[in-house]
Amino acid sequence: MAVAAKKASAKSKADAKAQAGPVAPKPANFTKEQDLSAYRDMLLIRRFEEKAGQLYGMGFIGGFCHLYIGQEAVVTGMKMSLKDGDQMITAYRDHGHMLAMDMSPRGVMAELTGRRGGYSKGKGGSMHMFSKEKNFYGGHGIVGAQVSLGTGLAFANRYRGNKNVCLTYFGDGAANQGQVYESFNMASLWKLPVVYVIENNRYAMGTSVSRSSAETDFSQRGLSFRIPGLQVDGMDVRAVKSASDLAVDWCRSGKGPIILEMQTYRYRGHSMSDPAKYRSKDEVQKMRSEHDPIEQVKARLTAKKWAGEDELKAIDKEVRDIVADAAEFAQTDPEPDASELWTDIVH
Amino acid sequence: MIEAIRSAMDVSMARDDNVVVFGEDVGYFGGVFRCTQGLQQKYGKSRCFDTPISELGIVGAAIGMAAYGLRPCVEVQFADYVYPAYDQIVSEAARLRYRSNGEFTCPIVVRMPTGGGIFGGQTHSQSPEALFTHVSGLKVVVPSNPVDAKGLLISSIEDPDPVIFLEPKRLYNGPFDGHHDRPVTPWSKHELGDVPDGHFNIALGKAAIRREGGDVTVLAYGTMVYVAQAACEEKGIDAEVIDLRTLLPLDLETIVASVKKTGRCVIVHEATLTSGFGAELAALVQEHCFYHLQAPIARVTGWDTPYPHAQEWDYFPGPARVGRALQDVMEG
Repeated sequence: MAVAAKKASAKSKADAKAQAGPVAPKPANFTKEQDLSAYRDMLLIRRFEEKAGQLYGMGFIGGFCHLYIGQEAVVTGMKMSLKDGDQMITAYRDHGHMLAMDMSPRGVMAELTGRRGGYSKGKGGSMHMFSKEKNFYGGHGIVGAQVSLGTGLAFANRYRGNKNVCLTYFGDGAANQGQVYESFNMASLWKLPVVYVIENNRYAMGTSVSRSSAETDFSQRGLSFRIPGLQVDGMDVRAVKSASDLAVDWCRSGKGPIILEMQTYRYRGHSMSDPAKYRSKDEVQKMRSEHDPIEQVKARLTAKKWAGEDELKAIDKEVRDIVADAAEFAQTDPEPDASELWTDIVH
Repeated sequence: MIEAIRSAMDVSMARDDNVVVFGEDVGYFGGVFRCTQGLQQKYGKSRCFDTPISELGIVGAAIGMAAYGLRPCVEVQFADYVYPAYDQIVSEAARLRYRSNGEFTCPIVVRMPTGGGIFGGQTHSQSPEALFTHVSGLKVVVPSNPVDAKGLLISSIEDPDPVIFLEPKRLYNGPFDGHHDRPVTPWSKHELGDVPDGHFNIALGKAAIRREGGDVTVLAYGTMVYVAQAACEEKGIDAEVIDLRTLLPLDLETIVASVKKTGRCVIVHEATLTSGFGAELAALVQEHCFYHLQAPIARVTGWDTPYPHAQEWDYFPGPARVGRALQDVMEG
């Protein structure tokens, strides 16, 4: 009996050791090229989203439109660790994810305006877009639903033995959906190569994390499934990149799933129709002035003399031109023909 | 209609301490459509509160509360989000009375904004009423105006059994007849926008005749009541428009009396055609009025497709499509 207990105790110690997850790495030191590239990519998302907000205000975009402004470092840093064939799937605040996966700004913007050149021919709208070519698996309007799908994508990777990893994004709000935990259990049980990226932007629609979540350290949400997790400064693209490197390697080496809690912030309301009265203007202003992901990189580029004013202006212009072109296309491309109502339907 | 729905909960909470209201963004934020605004301030955080984004948990917990005598009135933020909770609604809420020999009942109300017309696309526009009318043990209510919304919601909260309360979101700010290119008429300019203060009931299971006529009966509910009325006016057809108000229990008596009088029937709903509630209505009319029918029953519904983003008005069964069906039935 005593021996058995001793054995059990040794086993649990060994388990605890096996469970001891990775330690959060220090933010990566970026090269000049990496900083310039991160700056450009984040700026593209920012300007794209600002333009989408404008087009919404002008009535070119209807219905729901969730902007990613403030969170740009998350997808940009994560993307830097991916290899060919790695997948990404997310919820409805998805424009930044698509741009990070190199999807065409024209195609995304035209989907927002419901035009035939949009990624879903205008039939999906802001929340529902895909690109097989770019390994982007949507764009999902139901909170948490994509988490199970991302788990399935990871299963397919393991089944095919392709060493690819699926980045499965969801928010602090979705982290309370039941299917997230069903997915965690399966992913850990079957050692699936999935990085669960929890974008904790502090508000689930209008409800702050403290009013919706018993455990607000989201990196710990996988513990009872033996999934390790790290909390990451999601406003610092270097911190995101180093955590992403670690997480993607963890999955690729067959250790199973891992959780990255990205501590981030959205500057705008939940959607265009949300005036965001549930938080103070000071809170938003403080994040913008002290933690803005783009300003951080810009300050670094300037301090290290990696980019002068002219060079930054040139990047700015390149980005503005891309966004202007996308917006022009999205306003002039025709709407889908009525017959498209009946395409891609199984009867 | 938003104020009417809020008032129904307010009145019910004031009258009965057992009434509690909760859901996503319902407390502090006051609901995405503001239906619960001010209730938390008035009744406190123990009676009107926010939940995590966990529809299954919200409805499941409500059923447990109801079994112990509370009367939860929960909000699912969009009807499109109810599917995770479907298991609890079907397997538990609808069966509790039957399974416990009537010892327990399940007095819950699940409120949900339903339908399209706001460019919500495929996950914010659906009309899933038939998923609930197919389940014995549930009541299904679809109000079409503020007065009904208040009276029916109060009756639903007071009902001993589970009620699925579908609020057509396009009607929140005014009657909508499908002419999306025209300015919105506010409820203040409509007679049914004048909602009485205080407590009143509108009985579940009673339809309302919104327009009397002798040539054809139009069966509609929610937004489609106004679309049907507009189509009748525009075509100059002497149609009787029946607003069903509750789908379960259904006011078959009113339907049958009308169709026997007119001899024709057009059924209109926003949900997809196949296995939609219109199929049930058509079957009932056929069974009860077969020898009175002078033309085949027609259905005008959403197409059998997902709700589109770009082509909302091609999908939406607007007055032109309803008008054509009316004309066909009259000529048939």
